[in-house]
Amino acid sequence: MIRLPSFTYLAPRTLAEAARSMAEHGREAMLVAGGTDLYPNMKRRQFEPKVVVGLRGIRELRGVRSENGGWTIGSGTTLSEVSSHAAITRDFPALATAAGLVSSPQLRNMGTIGGNVCVDTRCNYYNQSYEWRKAIGFCMKRDGDICLVAPGSSRCWAVSSSDTAPVLWALGARLRLVGAASERTVPIAALYRDDGIEYLAKQQDEIVADILLPPADGWRSAYLKLRRRGSFDFPVLGVAVAARMDGQLVREARIVLGAVASLPRPAERAAAELVGRRITRELVARVADLAAGPSKPLDNTDFTHPYRKRMTRVFVARALAAIGEFGDGGPPSEEVA
Amino acid sequence: MKVRIALTVNDELHEALVPVHKTLLEVLREDLGLIGTKHGCELGECGTCTVLVDGKPVLSCLALPLEAEGRRITTIEGLAEGARLHPLQQAFAELGAAQCGYCTPGILLTAAALLSERPGPTRQEVKEALAGNLCRCTGYTKILDAVELAALRMERIRT
Amino acid sequence: MTKNDFAVVGQPLPKVDAWAKVVGETRYADDFFLPRMAYAKLLRSSHAHARIRAIDTARARAVPGVYAVVTGADLPPVKFGILPVSQDEEALCTDKVRMVGDPIAAVAAVDEETAEQACRLIDVTYEAQPALMSIFDSLAHPEVRIHEYGDGPNVHKNVALQFGDVDGALAGADLVREDVFFFEGNTHLPMEQHAAVAQWASDGKLTLWSSTQTPHYVHRVLAKALDTPAAHIRVIATPVGGGFGGKTDPFSHEIVACQLSKLTGRPVKIALTREEVFYTHRGRHPVLMWIKTGFTRRGDITGCHLRTWLDGGAYGSYGVASTFYTGVINPVTYKIPVYKFEGARIFTNKPPCGPKRGHGTPQPRFALECQLDKAAEQLGLDPADLRRRIVAEPFTKTANHLTVTTIGLGECIDKVVEASDWRAKRSRYGVTAAAQGGSREEGSEPPSPKRPGIGIACSAYMTGAGTAIYWNDMPHSGVIVRADRSGGVAILCGATDIGQGSDSVLAYLTAEVLGLEPVDVQVFPADTSLTPVDLGSYSSRVTLMCGMATIQAAGRLRDAIFKAVARKLEVDPAALVARERKIGVSADWDKAVSFARAVELGEAMHGVLAFPGSYAPPKRAGKYKGGGVGPSPCYSYSACVVELTVDEETGVVDLRDVWVAHDVGRALNPLLAEGQVEGSIYMGIGEALMEEQVFRKGLHKQPSMLEYKSPTTLETPEIHTILVETDDPEGPFGAKEVGQGPLLPVIPAIANAIHHALGIRIDEVPITPDKILKALELKRRGKPARVGPERLPLFTFKKPVVVESAFGQPADTIGVRPFQS
Repeated sequence: MIRLPSFTYLAPRTLAEAARSMAEHGREAMLVAGGTDLYPNMKRRQFEPKVVVGLRGIRELRGVRSENGGWTIGSGTTLSEVSSHAAITRDFPALATAAGLVSSPQLRNMGTIGGNVCVDTRCNYYNQSYEWRKAIGFCMKRDGDICLVAPGSSRCWAVSSSDTAPVLWALGARLRLVGAASERTVPIAALYRDDGIEYLAKQQDEIVADILLPPADGWRSAYLKLRRRGSFDFPVLGVAVAARMDGQLVREARIVLGAVASLPRPAERAAAELVGRRITRELVARVADLAAGPSKPLDNTDFTHPYRKRMTRVFVARALAAIGEFGDGGPPSEEVA
Repeated sequence: MKVRIALTVNDELHEALVPVHKTLLEVLREDLGLIGTKHGCELGECGTCTVLVDGKPVLSCLALPLEAEGRRITTIEGLAEGARLHPLQQAFAELGAAQCGYCTPGILLTAAALLSERPGPTRQEVKEALAGNLCRCTGYTKILDAVELAALRMERIRT
Repeated sequence: MTKNDFAVVGQPLPKVDAWAKVVGETRYADDFFLPRMAYAKLLRSSHAHARIRAIDTARARAVPGVYAVVTGADLPPVKFGILPVSQDEEALCTDKVRMVGDPIAAVAAVDEETAEQACRLIDVTYEAQPALMSIFDSLAHPEVRIHEYGDGPNVHKNVALQFGDVDGALAGADLVREDVFFFEGNTHLPMEQHAAVAQWASDGKLTLWSSTQTPHYVHRVLAKALDTPAAHIRVIATPVGGGFGGKTDPFSHEIVACQLSKLTGRPVKIALTREEVFYTHRGRHPVLMWIKTGFTRRGDITGCHLRTWLDGGAYGSYGVASTFYTGVINPVTYKIPVYKFEGARIFTNKPPCGPKRGHGTPQPRFALECQLDKAAEQLGLDPADLRRRIVAEPFTKTANHLTVTTIGLGECIDKVVEASDWRAKRSRYGVTAAAQGGSREEGSEPPSPKRPGIGIACSAYMTGAGTAIYWNDMPHSGVIVRADRSGGVAILCGATDIGQGSDSVLAYLTAEVLGLEPVDVQVFPADTSLTPVDLGSYSSRVTLMCGMATIQAAGRLRDAIFKAVARKLEVDPAALVARERKIGVSADWDKAVSFARAVELGEAMHGVLAFPGSYAPPKRAGKYKGGGVGPSPCYSYSACVVELTVDEETGVVDLRDVWVAHDVGRALNPLLAEGQVEGSIYMGIGEALMEEQVFRKGLHKQPSMLEYKSPTTLETPEIHTILVETDDPEGPFGAKEVGQGPLLPVIPAIANAIHHALGIRIDEVPITPDKILKALELKRRGKPARVGPERLPLFTFKKPVVVESAFGQPADTIGVRPFQS
């Protein structure tokens, strides 16, 4: 069996206590919620934290509640709970879809939405055992100093592999981050950095406590995920589309791409093209072309990267078709691949 | 560092002194002797090690016993009621749903959770519930048939 | 016999081990925890190809909790391998590593973590050599040698066989097609990772419990590799958690566990990680194929010439047999009057390939069946009709001298054609139909990008290899049946249950012969000290060979008991029947004695009631060099229809339904037979669409359950199994194989259905979405809509062994074999 390295496990009962532990142990400590991302990575020795701070015992992190006309999701809410929650299914169908497409049913019973938002970036040169990585000569994300995907590159190109992050971004979600000394609320976009290693722009001691969703009035959303199988697999392309409709006209729109960069990648020009217009077949084609622009996958996931790039256009078109309700790509919850 | 843990497994309380970093899978098999729980990857990628925690299927290879204290753990050894097999076990045996049998414990537990939450599921619902359990022998056909048969029999018992 | 003559055979009974499996009681190898047991780990090579200059284990030995550290220097200096002609493996490499994952050293320690930690402290000094990662690489660099033996630099095996005047037959054809195909390698991926526990006791005797399909071959290799008398070694195959051919070789970890047990005086367990299972491999060979076939206008084959290049990986394994299998089985299916086959297996620095379900035959099957589809299209024939027309004649010989007995393929084709509504769908779906608006539903605008298609393919497979791995005149299967005064019966047999249900088949057949219920029969399998030899669970041999031996042994027991009962009842033994746990005369059943009582009578008359049964296949090896690979007592046949849609924007294939009709001779238990068909279809689907064992920078690209894509419930279509019974004279109560054959037609049927849907040819598996889009793009640009291999290696095959074609000759004598009386 492949086994975990040893560590000290802390089980704080409150957020403040957890943040204090993180501050105290600094870079030697890591947070764990469901464990479905951290523990496999630890077994492969991608991380060997001396201290693991478990969030599972913190009650205030659990549950979905209505606040200020919007909804607040505690980061410790499991993906199963998010995907089946009545209000989320009704108001933010793309989020319910995305949460319900993460890995497998068992994993969704363990994994949390906070964990999925913070999920480690992935690369098929990196998500490998210690022995495998040693054999290939290690990469800069762990134990080495070069990038094996793009040799010569000074940065790491590991891929943002969250299903929920692009959707939350498209829905205009904000995050409440609680640190040892302070607390702040930021747009989810502010959580991410365009770097495969330092992909989160939060302080070491900050914990994603809540996900705040604005009122859903008039918003429609869809999420489509590309992967080989209908279960287990991480996205190798995710397309989240959200649009606020006023009758037939789009008033506001966001298109965010997942798994084609080290962070969720907004397709801003494409989204702007939608605003003030009716969603027609012609518009969808134009917007899909524009949205494919920022999609710049590299050869470090399943499927070929030209294929993932090419699918971006198709998936954006289908997601738009779904929210435009002349859908020929099936309902928004359907996986395209 | 070893810690003393107390786990409720199959309605029995077990105490053990184990290293913190030993997973629930390892403790069940190596410390409690419950070898019915199998493993295929230990990375959450196959579903073989599935057990129920508070009635929900989880991956024992990615769970720490410390995090399962105070919760109700069910392994394959606890699926039957005493000597009376769960209808799923009966149906799996009758229909040949277990070939090599290695994925069977995880699949039975996952299916048991489904049927207790949703009696009379459609075939598609069964497929979705079992989408996190790989089987290399059966092509899932007899497994799906057996879950449907068990569901039918459980329905009949209820009505 | 007809179905009504049987009491047990033909019934959909549970497997005898089903109950233990559903309650979690079955003990697989890794479930053995023995007192004082040590845990061992292997240090594996991090180089694809290198000389080992030094191994320093000092730091590892110093780790607290380490009991022993071994390297190849601590083992007898012998090489081993499954085939006598390819003894090229070392349990621990001494001077050279040939792939990433090659074992170099091992540590036994108090627990797995300590053993692993100590392994990381072993210092190996390598001198890297160029890694040859493909057939082309290995042939282009003869100056770099992976092995020093073989049929040329980096050529493990080079074979050429010719039966009749193939060039002449092709010259006379109305249509000659030449096609090139590639089949990527893939692996078994059993859910259970290999594990072994060794106990070298203080009396000098060794016991190994292992997850193996071939305890007998492991036994032989342990004796050699450990330089220990075989008589002092006992190998017990534990219930196997999935094999599919992946646990058919003797392995390094088995030998090393034994050696470590000897050194530490403790039981030692080695359980492989999933990643190590990928390195252990022995899976499907990547094969590049060129096939040239001549057809008449009506679709008859005039002759066929096949060339195959196998990427063998770093070691021999079963490779010589695999090479032959890429060529010798195709002629069993259809009338192929003359035939030529040239094959070569090339060494590369990758985990060794070997036997995976269908061993060597899915690849040429893919080539032939796709080519038939292309020929049918060119000839304007329906592909089902074309195949129906050319089905081989039963009880004849093939061009390459294989004797074929019953053939239910015609009926199989008819059944799948009917069940799938082939004719209607063939005209309603597909590119031609779409061009006429046929596939669009009325009023739906725009058309769905999902295009429906339906395709067909057929296949044949052997029921057990006609020759053993090592040359000998002994039985391939042996059984001892022992009756108990309680009325129970014990059956001892070397057969290994890998989930296919061999234990159950032994119980069913014994119960059938003796008029008992299967629950009355206790099966003791796969223990080299206790059970007569069975060669192993490979080549679809167990039901037939162990089955025949069981029927013989149980028949002998029955005859002995009948003699005693006849004396008691004062009747002729020939008048007796055994049924319902009684023995008596049908017309006077009230006087029948219980089976338990009959055993007492028998024991009183004969002494202990224990009888052997032996089986060896009929001797039908072709009288030419290489004629030993391919003969089988009989062959199973399958026909498959696949219905699917292909999304022309994404290239994603969605399988809807798969129908397989399989000629199983007789279904001893239809439930288990169906299970084998369903599992075969599933595995074929994975190979056709997503599974691939591929490499990058000298390493396995994705040695994990997550990235090696095995289909889930959601990718698996509805499967419809139709069993066809032909009552073969060579099989136990007429049974033929069912565990492997049904995989074969699935892959080309999918490829052919995709062609039907979109008019494109993907001549390469796996058929991935990007390849489909590439082919569609070529089609749009007016180019040949094909994606597949573009070049062949520059390679000179051997001068062929030229033999007259035996096509159409009457079969060799049927039902004559050694140990019959």
